[in-house]
Amino acid sequence: MTYSPHTDADRAQMLDAVGVSSVEDLFADIPAAVRASAWDVPAPLVEQEVRAELARLAGRNRIPEVSFLGAGAYRHLIPSVVGEVIGRSEFATSYTPYQPEVSQGTLQSIYEFQSLICELTDMEVATASHYDGATATAEAALMACRLTRRTRVAVSAGVSPDYRRVLETYCSGPGIEVVTVPVRLAEGEDGTTDPAAVQALDDVACLIAAQPNYYGQLEPMRELADAAHAAGAQFVAVVEPTSLALLEAPGAYGADIVAAEGQPLGIPINFGGPYVGLMAARMASVRQMPGRLAGATRDAQGRKGYVLTLQAREQHIRREKAASNICTNQALMALAATAYLTAVGPNGLREVAELSMTQARHLAGALESAGLAERRFGGTYLNEVALRLPNAARRHATLAERGIVAGHILERDEPELRDTLLLAATELTTDDDIARLVAGLEQTR
Amino acid sequence: MSVAEAPRSDASGRGSAFSGATAGDALTVVEPLIFERSRAERRAVRFPSASERARVAGDGQPQLPASVLRAHAPRLPEVSELDMLRHFNRLAHLNMAIDLNFYPLGSCTMKYNPKVNEWAARLPGLAESHPLDPEALSQGSLELMWLLAELLKEISGFGAISLQPAAGAHGELTGMLMTRAYHRANGDGERRTKVLVPDSAHGTNPATATMVGYQTVTIRSNDRGGIDLDALRASLGQDVAALMITNPSTLGIFEDQIDQVLAAVKDAGAIAYMDGANLNAILGRFKPGEAGFDIMHFNLHKTFSTPHGGGGPGAGPVGVSERIEPFLPRPMPVLVEGDPDAVRANAWAGQSTPGVRFALDDDRPQSIGKVRSLYGNFGMFVRAYTYIRSNGSAGLREISEDAVLAANYLRVSLHDVYDLPYDRLSKHEVVFSGRRQKREHGVTTLDIAKAILDHGVHPPTIYFPLIVEEALMVEPTETESLETLDHFVGVMREIAELAASDPDAIKAAPVTTPVGRLDEAAAARKPDLRYRFPDETDAPDAPAGAPTPEAPTA
Repeated sequence: MTYSPHTDADRAQMLDAVGVSSVEDLFADIPAAVRASAWDVPAPLVEQEVRAELARLAGRNRIPEVSFLGAGAYRHLIPSVVGEVIGRSEFATSYTPYQPEVSQGTLQSIYEFQSLICELTDMEVATASHYDGATATAEAALMACRLTRRTRVAVSAGVSPDYRRVLETYCSGPGIEVVTVPVRLAEGEDGTTDPAAVQALDDVACLIAAQPNYYGQLEPMRELADAAHAAGAQFVAVVEPTSLALLEAPGAYGADIVAAEGQPLGIPINFGGPYVGLMAARMASVRQMPGRLAGATRDAQGRKGYVLTLQAREQHIRREKAASNICTNQALMALAATAYLTAVGPNGLREVAELSMTQARHLAGALESAGLAERRFGGTYLNEVALRLPNAARRHATLAERGIVAGHILERDEPELRDTLLLAATELTTDDDIARLVAGLEQTR
Repeated sequence: MSVAEAPRSDASGRGSAFSGATAGDALTVVEPLIFERSRAERRAVRFPSASERARVAGDGQPQLPASVLRAHAPRLPEVSELDMLRHFNRLAHLNMAIDLNFYPLGSCTMKYNPKVNEWAARLPGLAESHPLDPEALSQGSLELMWLLAELLKEISGFGAISLQPAAGAHGELTGMLMTRAYHRANGDGERRTKVLVPDSAHGTNPATATMVGYQTVTIRSNDRGGIDLDALRASLGQDVAALMITNPSTLGIFEDQIDQVLAAVKDAGAIAYMDGANLNAILGRFKPGEAGFDIMHFNLHKTFSTPHGGGGPGAGPVGVSERIEPFLPRPMPVLVEGDPDAVRANAWAGQSTPGVRFALDDDRPQSIGKVRSLYGNFGMFVRAYTYIRSNGSAGLREISEDAVLAANYLRVSLHDVYDLPYDRLSKHEVVFSGRRQKREHGVTTLDIAKAILDHGVHPPTIYFPLIVEEALMVEPTETESLETLDHFVGVMREIAELAASDPDAIKAAPVTTPVGRLDEAAAARKPDLRYRFPDETDAPDAPAGAPTPEAPTA
């Protein structure tokens, strides 16, 4: 089925007005040599048929009954009201607010989003959003290069390997060198960025570090920031947004740029996307920020309103001299984050962060006291913990068949981390989930 | 309560078609910032408390040191659920949207976004699928991605597809990175430093070339709005990495010498990149991969109807020819067990194939790497797949036929009142010029756009492409009825008449919107980019508009 409203009579009337006899004439400008051959696209489906096909595909996924998988994408409660907000047609079926007079809903919500992200991160300016946390991180690195006029960036190995791969790709464009600062992974160490390697940094545009880091460990962000600044570099903090209800805000420990994945803020896990990248910085750097910004202003009658602003940084004005080629952002996902932060408020966000942490500690404590696993690292973790247990990969596979996903197998990212699982908890993790994991590991001992 | 359906009159006697925003109206919306609705301790959502068992079990675990704790809680709004819902619903009321208004924003393909697509994207089996779950648990997601790629291959004539790029501009970046990887693999990377871009191109094209370290060379258009072949051939040398073109172009014109353009690019050893933003015009009529392009990005949010969301999320898959395929981003969804023909045939019949297995192939040594975390905007893949299956072969062809017919209908219906610098057969859109209104009456294209707002219609794209003076770029799409098209023609004719009889009335527009023309210069001069709490002093100002340093290059 199609969504065309035209009857044959409508089409005939339009063809007549255009002055052609058939629709074929409308394509006469396509040279014969390059006209399309036939294609193998199936026949149309009506709604009940297409629903059956999508239900078939959905049914071929198996959603685990119990999951401790995070590693960058987290299952949190999405309040019903958040879905209601982003389902509104006026938000979902509008576009980039090029005409601000009829886009105040989108523009004000972006301004609110920017305000919320500034408040969460204790930074002075936040963008209207980016594709995801990884591209926000890569764009932050390029921004640091513009600010410092340097052509090397340093990234802690505690930043997600997925993010680091995207960073490598982005930096390969303008030929920026990426230096990886190791994380202390040896026995008895705390799984954080090696301070000696940080001290040795020289002539880099930025140091990028994550809090909590990919292994769930808490980094000494203030010391890392100080070291970056001593080297004349920007400090880029990659953060998990719900953790900021508890953890020191990046602005307080000296971050110059903050990049984050906003998925935990009310966005479904969705097999990896769409998510939303967050970016915040100091006002002094705003003209080097990539992406869109909404700002407040007034009309001729003095009424307050919002517009896209500082567009002289952007591709549609600057073309080859733009700060980035970004055109769209992830406006609807940014709206989801705005609605989520509004729905949970400061108390709800703290409850989410505390309950996630409490259940991560419960999980680690239960496995350790049962003699099933041991923490791989010293130091401190928050909502995600690396645990070592014998035959981890095999037992992970066995449990998955029983509907329990026992986190992420870290050996896939870092060969040194044999028999180590990264397990995440959120406020949706129940005591019973943990009991089932304990029982499952007991049975596969 | 459908206010949009019942235009009211304002003091000027003109209809106010904007939903619920006329001054003095009971539905007038002046919505404060959410922070201004906040009252301490008000709540919308609550969470359970941790059990005693949970607390005790974690007792031996390391405590958070005081040094990492936050000193002050973030000042998020504290509101009830109803307060919050009203806030966002009132904001929604301030937007024009496809679901309320004709939205002929050229180059953006603002077609109807079918609701069954939304139903599909919210199926728990898809929306709750974790990207790092064991592949055995994610066979449905992987099959969907594989099938969508198969369909995009058929539609575009390319041999391979990556779904990973998150938007059209992101697909361009992927394409240019692959271009460079290809030339480097051929030992040709050092000398090929230039990318040719026509003067009608989207701004993202030159911006993307810069991000990859290429120098942009602009190719002028000929007087028919096509690529000037002589200028192209003169610029094509051993130093050229690629030509990036949009076809049909941003003028809404099919490049009718495309075969010669492609031959010239191929002869020079360069890559032919097609910006696929305007694919909606040529479904079933022209397959870029088959015609000889090496790389193209799709915009799933344009051609395949995924909602634009107020500016994203989009999705920008890339299709590539055989010689570019090794450089595609990793990982790629692949069929590792099963006969692809049988899997396709069964899926087209709504059946699963027994014994089939899909996986993510990360073993791609020549890949440019990853351009996005995980695998891309999967939720958009679900919608696009649903849309393509709903329309099917006949429907996809009909989409382009009706989109092109509508654009041509608007062309012939308005070309006597608005100048048409390139008066040729249109594809998906038609680009008028307001230069006559400007010259004769001092009414600019911006004025015309603002006057259109007062008729409850979203204006076309304006001042783009840059090669058309006072441009008005109109893309009606295939989903607008003849009555809607005729209404738009009436609006545009009325505005042209008013431009002659009462130009000041047009310069005063819009008068029926929640705010009038906003002072964008003031917004940029003294940026106010976030809420200031009552106890807060002003944040530091942005530095004055300093020249932008170039991105560093090696």
